[in-house]
Amino acid sequence: MTIASVTPPPVPKPGAIEGEAPWRGIVREFAKSWTAMFGLILLVLIVLIAIFAPLLSPQNPYDLASLSIMDNRLPPGETGWSGMTFVLGTDGQGRDMLSAIMYGLRISLGVGVVSCTIALFIGLAAGLAAAYFGGRVDTIIMRIVDLHLSFPAILIALILLAVLGRGIDKIIIALIVVQWATFARTVRGAALAERRKEYIEAAQCLGLPQWRIVFGHLLPNCMPPMMVIFTVEIASAIALEATLSFLGVGLPITQPSLGLLISNGFQFILSGQYWISVYPGIALLVLIVAINLVGDHLRDVLNPRNAQ
Amino acid sequence: MVFVIRRLLQAVLIALVMSVLVFAGVFAVGNPADILIDPEATQTDRLRLIQQFGLDRPLHEQYFIFLGNVLQGDFGNSFVFNRPALHIIFERMPATLELAFAAILIAVVIGIPLGLWAGLRPNAFSSKTIMAGSILGFSLPNFWQGIMLILLFSVTLGWLPVTGRGPVGEFLGIRSSFFTLEGLRHLALPAFNLAVGLLALVIRLTRAGTLEVMPQDFIRFARAKGLRERRVIFIHLLRNILIPVVTVVGMSFGGLIAFAVVTETIFAWPGMGKLIIDSINVLDRPIIVAYLMVIVLVFILLNLIVDILYSIIDPRIRLEEAGQ
Repeated sequence: MTIASVTPPPVPKPGAIEGEAPWRGIVREFAKSWTAMFGLILLVLIVLIAIFAPLLSPQNPYDLASLSIMDNRLPPGETGWSGMTFVLGTDGQGRDMLSAIMYGLRISLGVGVVSCTIALFIGLAAGLAAAYFGGRVDTIIMRIVDLHLSFPAILIALILLAVLGRGIDKIIIALIVVQWATFARTVRGAALAERRKEYIEAAQCLGLPQWRIVFGHLLPNCMPPMMVIFTVEIASAIALEATLSFLGVGLPITQPSLGLLISNGFQFILSGQYWISVYPGIALLVLIVAINLVGDHLRDVLNPRNAQ
Repeated sequence: MVFVIRRLLQAVLIALVMSVLVFAGVFAVGNPADILIDPEATQTDRLRLIQQFGLDRPLHEQYFIFLGNVLQGDFGNSFVFNRPALHIIFERMPATLELAFAAILIAVVIGIPLGLWAGLRPNAFSSKTIMAGSILGFSLPNFWQGIMLILLFSVTLGWLPVTGRGPVGEFLGIRSSFFTLEGLRHLALPAFNLAVGLLALVIRLTRAGTLEVMPQDFIRFARAKGLRERRVIFIHLLRNILIPVVTVVGMSFGGLIAFAVVTETIFAWPGMGKLIIDSINVLDRPIIVAYLMVIVLVFILLNLIVDILYSIIDPRIRLEEAGQ
């Protein structure tokens, strides 16, 4: 396994030669756990499916010309009117569920990763500022963060979407607003611990400019806990987006994420046509569990208390 | 006392900030006239209402009018029900509270014994199954898990009704589904759906507490005294692990009310959560604004109570606050 495939996508590499050895150790440590490697392989597979969905899927589920309403709500394994076999059945519009799930994974993963990455940067900036400047800046930022975290995520997202309306951009905004505080609190905690160490003092004695101390010295050393939170937060962002889309306040019908697919199938559940919402749900569950397995083990590996 | 007053002032301040945010959100995004006035109103009605709501005045004056109305509990009439928005929300509140209480009951009654079992026999296969189940409980998206419950218990097995709230019985002046059999049958699935996340948390907390307390001296001493194992577990152990469990369960109450939005939508439970989703879908704005303010106030109140209780239980918090 290479470093690139072990770490979740946009993780900045730490300082050059000095950082090299510990990172290799982390990779080796990570590979020891069977469940974590299983989660990782699963995750890589899912990401590949999501990226190459147009090539892999048996049908383009949003090309209306390739759909046939005659094929609607076929059970899994049935061969359709057009001679095509639907492994996971079809939905109310005669759409192949397997293809719809592949495309849905794309949207779910995309929304989760984009919103978490932006939230990570905002959280980093706020948390670093709070930790480095301390005093009044710290008090103000952390009061906002505390206030923020005292409300459940779903409530904040719901309030925002009630005001903003539906749409992919709006749900990304809502997810960013929900998540930045978690990142800010984590990075502040890590940065406060690092700030007291000698290398920061040494850098200050050298007369380095503040931005260089913060971004060149403080930030890289705060990254390990942030990586863990980043991974776990992607899972919760995906789950939250799915929930909001299910409630009908998230993504519009034209961008069917897994949550929306489940929601579409919900109306057919009572007539026993389970596959329309069961299979997207399983895909969502597998995705979340895979991310959490990787995240949980990253936490164990990166926890300094576990290192010898 | 100083601490309580400070916290109270903070709570009022937060409530004010939240009212500004809700005001800004609802009033700045769209044209406030469209937001507050029924789109089907006639032009003369419209002008009259614009004047009545003071929408022709400067923004800061409008905010104070809004604040004044909120303080009097006046959020305007719902477009759909054509009755005061706040009344409708208070009508729906008991159903949501009932659901949240039932969920807490399920989480505690099932969670503590399972957690004890897993903590007392940490290496048994049954304990590992319980812990794996609790991880699944965390990972399962709430709404999908609800659909699966319906599929299993209503569609496939046909044991429980699918949607809605059953008949309400009255006991000691409280009207609740708890007091009729049909009501309980309707309550079972939604309550369990809402409880799963908390249940997983209670299992983990109880197990962790048990693992921590069991090797301690007072347990060994109780056994040395010749007490029966049952007494050691249910009196000596349980009393010591219950405090954190009770704290977490109490604090999760607000979260349950928020998450009831999902459960109520799936099971068509006529509570506040379903009301807000329906209102968002039909753009019934007075209800949306009223719900937001009510829920924000509920949360501020809950946090205030938790903080004050904490300061009573743990005096260090008060000292820390004073030292700042």
